Amino acid sequence: MEFPEELKYTENDEWLRVEGDVGTAGISDFAQDQLSDVVYVEVTAAIGDTVAKGEVFGLVESVKAAADVYMPATGVITEINEALVDTPELVNSDPYGGAWMVKFELTDASELDSLLNVEAYKQSVEERSS
Amino acid sequence: MTYIPHTPANRQKMLEAIGVERMEDLYEGIPERFKFPDLDLPSRVSEIEIAQELQAYSEANLDTKHIACFLGAGAYNHFIPSVVDHVLRRNEFYTAYTPYQPEVSQGTLQAIYEYQSMIANLTGMDVSNASHYDGATALAEAVILALNQYRLKRKKVILSPKIHPQFREVVRTYMQGVDLEIVGDETCDVDAQTLADLADEETALVAVQYPDFFGSIEDFSALGEAVHAVGAMFCVVVNPLALGLLKPPSEFDADIVVGEGQTLGVPLAYGGPYLGIFATRDKYVRKMAGRLVGETVDSRGQRGYVLTLTPREQHIRRDRATSNICTNQGLIALASAVYLSQMGKSGLRKVAELCYHKAHYAAEEIDKLEDYSLWNQGLFFNEFVVACPQPIVEINELLLDYDILGGYDLGQCYQELQNHMLIAVTELNSKDDIDLLVSALSEVSHE
Repeated sequence: MEFPEELKYTENDEWLRVEGDVGTAGISDFAQDQLSDVVYVEVTAAIGDTVAKGEVFGLVESVKAAADVYMPATGVITEINEALVDTPELVNSDPYGGAWMVKFELTDASELDSLLNVEAYKQSVEERSS
Repeated sequence: MTYIPHTPANRQKMLEAIGVERMEDLYEGIPERFKFPDLDLPSRVSEIEIAQELQAYSEANLDTKHIACFLGAGAYNHFIPSVVDHVLRRNEFYTAYTPYQPEVSQGTLQAIYEYQSMIANLTGMDVSNASHYDGATALAEAVILALNQYRLKRKKVILSPKIHPQFREVVRTYMQGVDLEIVGDETCDVDAQTLADLADEETALVAVQYPDFFGSIEDFSALGEAVHAVGAMFCVVVNPLALGLLKPPSEFDADIVVGEGQTLGVPLAYGGPYLGIFATRDKYVRKMAGRLVGETVDSRGQRGYVLTLTPREQHIRRDRATSNICTNQGLIALASAVYLSQMGKSGLRKVAELCYHKAHYAAEEIDKLEDYSLWNQGLFFNEFVVACPQPIVEINELLLDYDILGGYDLGQCYQELQNHMLIAVTELNSKDDIDLLVSALSEVSHE
């Protein structure tokens, strides 16, 4: 299972990549592993929407379960990954790359401090796996 | 084998938990005189006697095999080939239960798949589900789909007043408790242009009926375009039999097509069970309620059928499901599939043509009568409205003396249509029937 070091994580298993003012979010390797085969991804937020940290912005559905996906930090949605409509399996094969779900303009940099770093996230995963 | 899982010890424990001694104590609140009342029933009779008595009761009923039926208004007296019943009565099909196990349900699954395919063909849509209760609940599900499509951000639904009044009532019942504005059907004098003008950025769905409740046929292309111009969804309620003759609603760019499937091989039978048709575009398949059967191959590459996508409403999406309606009319959908396969494309067209021509003959003849006039403007299918000289209840009462079941009293649902009768004509109405109706109407108005 992979946990890229440069990313921030949430307890709900979303990851966040920060590049300047732009955030990119998706769900983690651990999350996709728990869900098993993903068959459907829907981003419920629209481009231009401001979505607060902790609010639902999308949904990932697998053969086993459906899970809401929450914003790791407040932002204005600028891009939605349309590739996931036809190839939801990217969530399983490339969770941190091809399966990014949204890009957004970060509005509150201070929120980033409350996110988990890779070590803290790994520990959270371990606690839940045992 | 006992089907009651609780042992006496279990029961005793439960009684103790709620603090009563005996089961009878639970019924304390019921007054003594109601507990074992003297029912004063007649003495028992033999099976022969009771069968005769019941037969006599049933013969007191009027039925469409013995009188000329001109009543429609959503349920129609059509011919049903005997093969439909023959297939339905095979006991392999006797469960309405969801065939979750493909390894033991290939027949049922394939039948549903064939049904879906034919409905998709007929409506011009990409995909059809495996049915709802009836046309009214199918329309309510279309509203739910549209609301979810816009995530409840659009709160207006526009219904044409020419949609079956009971369908509109069911939509309102389904939507109780949802913060929603249902408009458009306040008076019956609303045309497609008015509906188009009502549609705005707040609108989730615009729905019309085709042919409409009054039988009229309208081209909804412009309305479909106007609805999409404001980003809303467009739903067309159909009589699937009419689609044998008319261009499919896909030509109006409909997003959802729903309808009452009773016209496809289902008997009138006191109002049900009927069949709710629901078909839509590929892009909405994930938001469609009900269930869907798909074709696939097994591990040996052989063709097979499975439930696709839709048990997920309960099993997977659960509280996130947009609708939890999975109940369907499997057996009735099967009847329609058998009917459609028997009729074929040209057969269905012939039935629709017969209905059309017979209805037009009836309308012309009635229009010639002194006191009656045809109300519909323009094209209509197998149903039309007649302005009558007296209350419809009175006319229908008199028509019964001629062994005629008269048309629907529109004044019941449309204040402005008092003394207007909706007359349905099908392939089962002979020319003699129609001529009898015309002369009876003439005599009735002179009585």
